[in-house]
Amino acid sequence: MKKIKKIKIKINGKNKSIIQDINLSMVLKNLKIPLNKVAIELNEEIIDKKKINKIKLNKNDKIEIVHFIGGG
Amino acid sequence: MVNLKKDNLIIANKKFNSRLIVGTGKYKSMPECAKAIKLSGAEIVTVAVRRVNISDKNKPLLMDYIDPKKITYLPNTAGCFNSKEALRTLRLAREIGGWKLVKLEVLGDKKNLFPDMIETLKSTEVLAKEGFKVMVYCNDDPLMAKRLENSGAEAIMPLAAPIGSGLGIQNKINIQIIRKQTKLPLIIDAGLGQASDATIAMELGCDGVLVNTAIAKAKKPFEMALAFKNAVIAGRQSYKSGRIDKILMGNPSSPSKGII
Repeated sequence: MKKIKKIKIKINGKNKSIIQDINLSMVLKNLKIPLNKVAIELNEEIIDKKKINKIKLNKNDKIEIVHFIGGG
Repeated sequence: MVNLKKDNLIIANKKFNSRLIVGTGKYKSMPECAKAIKLSGAEIVTVAVRRVNISDKNKPLLMDYIDPKKITYLPNTAGCFNSKEALRTLRLAREIGGWKLVKLEVLGDKKNLFPDMIETLKSTEVLAKEGFKVMVYCNDDPLMAKRLENSGAEAIMPLAAPIGSGLGIQNKINIQIIRKQTKLPLIIDAGLGQASDATIAMELGCDGVLVNTAIAKAKKPFEMALAFKNAVIAGRQSYKSGRIDKILMGNPSSPSKGII
């Protein structure tokens, strides 16, 4: 059997190990992120949420997922 | 009669009945925040952009308590200390769901929380060019307010006093000068402590006030939310009614003719 390769990325400042070749959409799905209530950055660039299933992730990628919270 | 029903607050071509904008921070819980907003009658609330907590997937979301279809969310850059951070925050806010009406707040000092007006001005220019409708938190400086207006701001939001200080309006003269020079919506933002501060702001001719701490941290936030609602209405009505001139000496209220 082929060994599953994993890569390390950062999501919201936390280290995560994900399977290589997995796309951004699957990562967000696993985290149960409600896409209509968030914005996503990949390496400080805003990602079009409609295109997340076409985005492949690479080693050391930095993902930021933000939403609205209470504030003044 | 001053018809307050038709006396709308208009920001970026959008009409609002309420002239009170409230912040959604510092409440004990989301249900408390939602109830206070309802009682305040506010139609615009400020919100912050922060990281999603990816380790606690069941954490309640603000949008579950305050419906952005019914209440206008005003994304705010609170906590940003330079133009780069503020621009990044608001571009992300727009991406969440098309928000173009935003509040820009670039702070310059972690202790007094005064705005860094140079960074604020730079950011206003960039955001206006990118199609944002920018409501700008600023110092109560008429010259800077003018510069913001010339840079494409949609609303001028001078502070009454430092954020969260509860000191009330410290510089009425400056606010009046800004009022005289601008046709843009003028909204007092930050530093109010009690309902009467909001009335004073409205009587100075401001178009609205933005309150967070004074409601959220009052001993009874719900009652204070209602007090602010009424205070804003009273102040607006008073302003529109045209106050009497101030004179130094007394002027009797009863006729002097026919005294027995």
